[in-house]
Amino acid sequence: MGDAVDIRAGRLTPAEYDANFDELYPPLDRKRALVEASRCYFCHDAPCVEACPTSIDIPRFIRGIHTDNVAGAATTILEANIMGGACARVCPTEILCEGACVRTAQENKPVKIGLLQRYATDHLLESGTQPFTRAAPTGQRIAVVGAGPAGLACAHALARDGHDVVVFEKRPKGGGLNEYGIAAYKVPHGFAQKEVEFILGVGGIELRCGVALGRDIHLRDLRREFSAVFIGVGLGGVNVLGLPGEELAGVHNAVDYIARLRQADPASLPVGHDVVVIGGGNTAIDIAVQSRRLGATNVTIAYRRGASQMGATRHEQEVAQTNGVTIRHWTRPVRLIGEDDHVRAVELEYTQLGQTGRLMGTDDRFTLRADMVFKAIGQHLVPSALDGSVDLLEIERGKIKVNEDRMSSLDRVWAGGDAIGQGQDLTVQAVEDGKIAARAIHRYLMD
Amino acid sequence: MADLRCEIAGVKAPNPFWLASAPPTDKEYNVVRAFKAGWGGVVWKTLGEDPPVVNTTSRYGALHYRGHRMMGFNNIELISDRPLQLNLQEIKRVKKDWPDRAILVSLMVPCEEESWKAILEVVEETGADGVELNFGCPHGMSERGMGSAVGQVPDYIEMVVRWCKAHTRMPVFVKLTPNVTSILAPARAARRGGADAVSLINTINSITGVDLDLMTPMPTVHGKGAHGGYCGPAVKPIALCMVGEIARDTECRGLPISAIGGIETWRDAAEFIAMGAGSAQVCTAAMHYGFRIVEDMVTGLSNWMDQKGYRSIEDFRGAAVPNYVDWKDLDMNWDIKARIDQDLCIKCGLCHIACEDTAHQAIAALRTDGARRYEVIDAECVGCNLCSHACPVEGCITMVPVESGRPYMTWEQDPRNPRRVPQAAE
Ligand SMILES: Cc1cc2nc3c(=O)[nH]c(=O)nc-3n(C[C@H](O)[C@H](O)[C@H](O)COP(=O)(O)OP(=O)(O)OC[C@H]3O[C@@H](n4cnc5c(N)ncnc54)[C@H](O)[C@@H]3O)c2cc1C
Ligand SMILES: Cc1cc2nc3c(=O)[nH]c(=O)nc-3n(C[C@H](O)[C@H](O)[C@H](O)COP(=O)(O)O)c2cc1C
Ligand code: SF4
Ligand code: SF4
Ligand code: SF4
Repeated sequence: MGDAVDIRAGRLTPAEYDANFDELYPPLDRKRALVEASRCYFCHDAPCVEACPTSIDIPRFIRGIHTDNVAGAATTILEANIMGGACARVCPTEILCEGACVRTAQENKPVKIGLLQRYATDHLLESGTQPFTRAAPTGQRIAVVGAGPAGLACAHALARDGHDVVVFEKRPKGGGLNEYGIAAYKVPHGFAQKEVEFILGVGGIELRCGVALGRDIHLRDLRREFSAVFIGVGLGGVNVLGLPGEELAGVHNAVDYIARLRQADPASLPVGHDVVVIGGGNTAIDIAVQSRRLGATNVTIAYRRGASQMGATRHEQEVAQTNGVTIRHWTRPVRLIGEDDHVRAVELEYTQLGQTGRLMGTDDRFTLRADMVFKAIGQHLVPSALDGSVDLLEIERGKIKVNEDRMSSLDRVWAGGDAIGQGQDLTVQAVEDGKIAARAIHRYLMD
Repeated sequence: MADLRCEIAGVKAPNPFWLASAPPTDKEYNVVRAFKAGWGGVVWKTLGEDPPVVNTTSRYGALHYRGHRMMGFNNIELISDRPLQLNLQEIKRVKKDWPDRAILVSLMVPCEEESWKAILEVVEETGADGVELNFGCPHGMSERGMGSAVGQVPDYIEMVVRWCKAHTRMPVFVKLTPNVTSILAPARAARRGGADAVSLINTINSITGVDLDLMTPMPTVHGKGAHGGYCGPAVKPIALCMVGEIARDTECRGLPISAIGGIETWRDAAEFIAMGAGSAQVCTAAMHYGFRIVEDMVTGLSNWMDQKGYRSIEDFRGAAVPNYVDWKDLDMNWDIKARIDQDLCIKCGLCHIACEDTAHQAIAALRTDGARRYEVIDAECVGCNLCSHACPVEGCITMVPVESGRPYMTWEQDPRNPRRVPQAAE
């Protein structure tokens, strides 16, 4: 190893930081939006709508953009998805609406639905108008735990229906992973907070930050004091590698580091010269790309399977590659090598699929230098956050068990978002969960 | 390579692509650039009597459609706003420098014989190949008793053409206005007056839109708007119909036609020629893209003619005219059905919703294992073509003839016609 550990902040000039953490995809101006909108065929029973977890009426809002009825377009979007602005920025559209767009089938060039959605929602948010009103007060109070996409979507829909909502949030700010997790260059310029303000703008929602379920409040009390409870706490736990050396300095959880990054001036964040990321999902891509953008020289993602098995979409993989990240497929770490209690290298082993299709090591090993190692091998639900009520709140495959209406096994308790997700964890799915739960809660309360 | 030379009313040109009388032909500078680019001829921007007219600023309006600019174009410009002498000098010089190109001079003067006589004399001296009487301009000039104000009265047309024929040896083209109920009356009048050819169409009365902030028709001139002349791709179908009307009219038989209206490509020009035209004049397309478009027009027409085995323009000129018939002469026994190529189909559902909401409920929207499939219900399909036009995928819906073995039967022969005169054999 020999050389000193090289972890430093301020590797770049202020201008480089600004450029690296600005918008990855610049918004459409009016002219481009009109050209793009004109590409939409206004399909009947449009496949894009079906591919959107929140079923936004895409042809309708694109037509609104085309006719300069941008406020109408934005309202169409937000009616279906109150976080239409965030989703326009963070959705992996190539596997959702744009992947299903008939123009993908026709010419491999979908209508840029995400960018159009952003055009419309930005317009509305910037105009400062509030398109939603509240129904007459119902006198019902509902507790929402977690101010992430699931919780806020649920709170907003309930507030519109005339209920009063209190949102309890552990962190100092609302927004969930929009504020603390999504890559900085997808939602720069304080967008997450602007969106939270917009959502709260409908009225009837009280956001109480710094209040944690299981610490400051308890499910039993919430159920007593409120007509209904919605739990949208996301995934608090980070999976461990279970390898020797994991406790060494310089070994980080990717999500924790990203949370710091999202709250700090990038120039103040120390990053290594050589960075190794373990994992193959979007979190792995995000931490790898952001490490490069913080000025790391060598960033390598080590993933135990091939490109097509990666959780990260093809597009995300391309983003990593164009940002100078090396992806080493079919490799897995066997140990982290340290010196003076600090990580200095990762020893990896090539993998292959065995006869039965099971992943096996080959014993063919190599070593990568590393001043920093990021673990991005997934998160899990932390049952303790649920207040020791786990015995009552049924868990299935590590997540809160819910029915179609997002109702948990507990009476008057609903849940949504990553905390229940059995597939891919996406912002848009969390919003949909919140929306469905709100509808069910409303039905339950009004019957 | 096909021979693209054209001759119309004795006026010869190396190709049938001419620039119509308009800003592109306003002065020597433009016309020389056009000839360098390869245009076969020009009709010089309309000359009038001195003092020259004065134009407003804000002269053009446009209809943009779904991101496509200038599908329709409109103007409130008048005739040439440059002194007559200057125009004449330039015409003379250009004709001398470009002897093989056709140069017609468009004219518009008050409806008095002396005025026409005087201008014809001076134009003749330029050596121009002919004149085109502008009876078409629908705005501004018509308020002064010229342009379409003359073109809408067949008797005036006949009278002015007679004067012109009496006072010049040059071929006289008459440019017709489409702002009439039937194009045949003015065309026949031109022929009666002795016109050597007709040119059509001039622009169509239009307002391109209303500015909803100013509450003013567009294009707006300081808070007001006047109607202007409409042209560009959007008017081509109207022009084609009017050209066809004249081409098939027995009274106009043999009257040469220089076609104008929405011509942008070699294909547009070929269609007009097939409809009987001898040359194709272009204005909007040149104003949109510049003169260079003629390069593709020349090679495109030539390649298509080679492919079809046409050696000269005359080989296919008018070939579509005999097939332009009245509705009553169409075959009532002809049957076609929509057919969807499932491999090309991208599942946009537009065929279904068009037929379902507005036609004959003949396209079923099916789902098999969640996958969309659109299928024509032959028994319901009346063969209207709607779906094939709505479908965004080229060649995906074709209209396929159904072999019925039944003979060609017109409406007059159709037993379903309540006014049918029974045939002798029946
Ligand atoms: C690094 C990273 C990048 C991602 N990138 C994308 C992307 O590009 N596109 C995409 O669609 N998705 C992305 N995701 C996934 C997406 O962010 C989540 O699916 C989404 O945020 C889930 O919303 P949620 O409301 O369920 O949970 P969260 O957003 O996690 O919100 C949960 C909220 O609950 C709070 N909370 C937790 N415990 C308690 C408690 N005990 N008491 C009170 N409050 C509590 C948390 O502080 C948080 O605010 C990414 C995720 C990560 C980790
Ligand atoms: C700006 C403008 C000015 C025109 N001026 C004249 C004119 O002076 N004389 C004339 O006969 N036609 C004039 N026209 C009509 C054109 O010659 C032509 O008939 C018409 O534009 C249709 O052709 P297009 O569809 O190719 O433009 C003018 C058209 C435009 C757009
Ligand atoms: S599938 Fe594509 S073209 Fe069709 S409505 Fe959706 S965005 Fe428009
Ligand atoms: S041709 Fe007309 S009737 Fe037949 S399927 Fe198409 S739209 Fe329907
Ligand atoms: S309009 Fe064409 S592409 Fe669209 S569903 Fe019908 S056949 Fe398929």
